[in-house]
Amino acid sequence: MVLRGKAWKFGDGISTDHIAPGRLFHLRSNLPELAKHVMEDANPEFASKMEKGDFIVAGKNFGLGSSREHAPAIIKIAGVSAVLAKSFARIFFRNAINLGLPVLICDTDGIDEGDELEVDMSAGKIRDITKGMEIEFVPLPDIMVKILNDGGLLKHIEKHGGFGV
Amino acid sequence: MGKTIVEKIIGSHSDRELEAGQFTVADVDICLLQDGTGPLAVKRLQDIKMERAVRPERTVIFLDHASPSPRRELANDHSTLRAFSKKTGVCLSEVGEGVSHQIIAERYVNPGDLVVGADSHTCTAGAFGAFATGMGSTDVAVAIALGKTWLRVPESYLVRVTGEFQKAVYSKDLILHLIGTIGADGATYKALEFCGDAVERMGMPDRLTVSNMAVECGAKCGIFPSDDITRRYMEEMGRGDGFKEIVADSDARYEESIEIDLANLGPIISFPHTVDNTRPVEECRGIKIDQVSIGTCTNGRIEDFRIAAKILKGEERDRDTRLMITPASKAVYTRMVREGLLDIFLDAGAVINPPGCGPCVGVHQGILADGEKCLATQNRNFLGRMGNPDSKIFLSNPAVAAYTAIRGEISDPREVL
Repeated sequence: MVLRGKAWKFGDGISTDHIAPGRLFHLRSNLPELAKHVMEDANPEFASKMEKGDFIVAGKNFGLGSSREHAPAIIKIAGVSAVLAKSFARIFFRNAINLGLPVLICDTDGIDEGDELEVDMSAGKIRDITKGMEIEFVPLPDIMVKILNDGGLLKHIEKHGGFGV
Repeated sequence: MGKTIVEKIIGSHSDRELEAGQFTVADVDICLLQDGTGPLAVKRLQDIKMERAVRPERTVIFLDHASPSPRRELANDHSTLRAFSKKTGVCLSEVGEGVSHQIIAERYVNPGDLVVGADSHTCTAGAFGAFATGMGSTDVAVAIALGKTWLRVPESYLVRVTGEFQKAVYSKDLILHLIGTIGADGATYKALEFCGDAVERMGMPDRLTVSNMAVECGAKCGIFPSDDITRRYMEEMGRGDGFKEIVADSDARYEESIEIDLANLGPIISFPHTVDNTRPVEECRGIKIDQVSIGTCTNGRIEDFRIAAKILKGEERDRDTRLMITPASKAVYTRMVREGLLDIFLDAGAVINPPGCGPCVGVHQGILADGEKCLATQNRNFLGRMGNPDSKIFLSNPAVAAYTAIRGEISDPREVL
């Protein structure tokens, strides 16, 4: 699978409150509506200006805080093709994989806002087309690769009649 | 090779012995959902036609976040959860019963249990010597329906705490200090295992506060060995027969060791907008505070309110500082009433919220105005956490919070205790 889009750059410590603010609690059962506010408290323009296929590119500890799966869910619904970060908080990371949203651990320092990126999931490579450089990402554990390839945890469970690992 | 506590617990819930780094599919004892994450979990189970629970008597849905419901959409979410409880037989903790983590402590968790919850502070139950961790709605939905979850056994950091707590210093300061030292991602994915003479003396409420905040430095769980203190607490709660001793082997392997001497620890404040942005209280004096909030799963227990009441007795809040009191559970609320704490708080000018998450989740019961500052005993001060991204949240122990409410600015309770 090859993903293409441009980079939206964020800093360290983007919390689930930045991604899916608590004040919008009442929209949690209306994810398409909540998705219109994705990343609102980190960059209020992101939701309206991003295009399908774009990437979120961040620093350390992306997705810290709440267990709310609504955070990766609305990133996916908004059309973001993958989140690239130096590191992720563990609940967010697991939630993203469960939903089939690729989350890639890599050195994001060289990527700037607006750079055109191409991610080859099977080769484990990110190409910054604007900069003409390649970045490797840390491979996922086997179980997460299986869940991601099955299209998320629910599809994995349906396919195998339980945990197929 | 000896085993850490998490290696033992996850291994005992799997079909083989395990060590850190290995993957497994483990049996789950307790599952919890709350009203912010539960509706999505129910939808997931409906999507795959698996609306069922393997252990309904140990699966609990808590209506604690938006409770009582402040608006129509959330009332409808509560209806969804009540209907799921009726259909599957899982337990329902109604509006007014309190915060999930406190009720799990009072009524459900036993040492050695494996607990998963769709709430990041599920790690609170680690205080009992249980492996307890937060996950998302889909993970917990699957755990409810299959009775199992997949896990990687985390490496453990051993946190050795020695010495005595000084005046006006509590376990909240210990955990804020630890998070401030190692950073908000300092233990990402690791298990924190606590030991040392101070831990051996520490009461369950204090242990719960520490385990509660393990996730704030990225940890998967924050776990205490179970001992006589655990057993006595469980006996007081009327369920002493669930006790068993859970300890690490003496030759267990830890990835890191962290030493904390309480002799050198004073009250700590977390500055906006991250929990690891900590400073000693003496460097924070004079910061005007518009609202003080005492409560939550971190510091909403009777012991916390006794501390606050000792400072607030016969005093009044500053005229420009609102004071919110939110008991973590109905049992805590009842004790507050019986012990006369409610009178003290009301005389001091406090608002008493119903048991639950209260203003901590930014839904209701104390949303801040633009430009306001709040000092809270909760576990998070992220931008927008209390419902307004144009406000600031400081975190502290209950003594600092109570004294600050009287003074109207961040103040050091060692002056009055």
